[in-house]
Amino acid sequence: MDLQNFLNMGGYAGYVWTAYGLTSLVLVLNWWSARRRESEELTSARRRMSIEKENRT
Amino acid sequence: MRRAATLHAARLVFRRDLTLAWRRWDEVAQPLIFYAVVTTLFPLATTPDLAQLRTISGGVVWVAALLSSLLALESLFRSDVEDGTMEQWVLSGQPVGWLLLAKVAAHWVLTGLPLVVMSPIVGTALGLPFDAWGTLIVSLLLGTATLSILGGIGAALTVGVRRGSVLLSLLVLPLAMPLLIFGSRAVGMAMDGDSPAGPLQLLAAIFFLVLSLGPLAMSAAIRISVES
Amino acid sequence: MWTWFHKFASPPHAYRLLGTLAPWFGWPALALILLAAWWGLVEAPADYQQGDAFRILYVHAPSAWMSMFTYVVMAVAAAIGLIWRIKLAHAAAAAAAPIGASFTFLALATGSIWGKPMWGTWWVWDARLTSELILLFLYLGYMALRSSFDDPQRADRASAVLAIVGVINVPIIHYSVEWWTTLHQPASVTKFDRPSIDISMLIPLFIMIAGFQFYFGWAICRRLRGEILRRERNATWLKEAS
Repeated sequence: MDLQNFLNMGGYAGYVWTAYGLTSLVLVLNWWSARRRESEELTSARRRMSIEKENRT
Repeated sequence: MRRAATLHAARLVFRRDLTLAWRRWDEVAQPLIFYAVVTTLFPLATTPDLAQLRTISGGVVWVAALLSSLLALESLFRSDVEDGTMEQWVLSGQPVGWLLLAKVAAHWVLTGLPLVVMSPIVGTALGLPFDAWGTLIVSLLLGTATLSILGGIGAALTVGVRRGSVLLSLLVLPLAMPLLIFGSRAVGMAMDGDSPAGPLQLLAAIFFLVLSLGPLAMSAAIRISVES
Repeated sequence: MWTWFHKFASPPHAYRLLGTLAPWFGWPALALILLAAWWGLVEAPADYQQGDAFRILYVHAPSAWMSMFTYVVMAVAAAIGLIWRIKLAHAAAAAAAPIGASFTFLALATGSIWGKPMWGTWWVWDARLTSELILLFLYLGYMALRSSFDDPQRADRASAVLAIVGVINVPIIHYSVEWWTTLHQPASVTKFDRPSIDISMLIPLFIMIAGFQFYFGWAICRRLRGEILRRERNATWLKEAS
């Protein structure tokens, strides 16, 4: 299959590429949101720890 | 001895709920009025032509019955949880499931059963033929009873939640979809002259499944709500 | 054996273990998904009837499969949490829910997109799509119930009951919807069924499913870590670890 046919998908380009695009989007979003959640929790934990340390001293 | 005590307690609970509701019968009437109102919406939204309405009459009657039952379910356990009765029950050592089932049964007598009685009238208003009355009544008897138990599980889970009735509907309606499919299809088949035995038997099977497992889920759910 | 299990289920150990495991799921997932995508889009022959549009199968079917797989995982984790009172299991169920809901959404969206060129409509009430839609409602209901409680213990346990009730219902829902669609004999009865697929067309499907499974493993590791952090925010081990 050459590049032209690949992009054109036999005339169904809009459907096929939207479907694959959506899939990629959902997978990437899940990846990004999981990572962001974790780092947010870590930063807030660290912040709380330093506040507690300050309060103790 | 234990069993007799539990049944006795359940009977007392059943009678008590009926008596309490009898004193506030206007509250009991509300879901029934809602039923009539919602059914009226459909011809207004589509067509006054009975021939056309007939094709959707079974479905509309069923959907309206489901929604009306759900409305009344939210408050099923609320007052007992609020005044501490539920906590007493959980701590009492009685199998709570039976007591909860008694409450659900009382609720069904007050809501589900009247809906079933109303349904042929409501159905006729939508063009439902007399031949289908029997199937309509049997399917709704099974369906509303099953829904009361499913709703009881949902109500036990959502006790005390703000605007819990919306959440309750959201939780219970997807679980009730099979009931809707089989129930309205049974009515449709009866209208076409076919035997509705198949879907009615499936409805009965679901009812017995829910009847046997439901009290277990309800008691787990109410324990969780009360112990928190 | 139980000591090992309880050791694993303790938050600091789980946190560390999940962190080590994640890349072992993540990299294979990426590789498999890319391989499957390339194979499905390029190597596999076009379908006789549907042309290149059938390639949507390679993202639709795995999404649908994962949506159901995740629901079962969620329900099993919830049951374990409820019966043996293991908080980590409840956390796993909570972590799985959004992943499952995204797969369900994806299955519905790709199914709808596939339907348009093939059957002419954006939506079709066939058995698979309708069941997926109801599954989405179950996921959303689960997440709504969780978020309606401030008390995390009540949230965990109430949603666990709901998940268990739901999972028992799923086969009933599937059967009833199947039954419902066969009654009215739509124009094309088996919409996305294929009478016989050539093996060369099936390979990218299996690779994609494997890729999605690894992706799920990765995603649940990461999300579960986040859940543990959130639940253990005041614990001493966290203080010492940071």
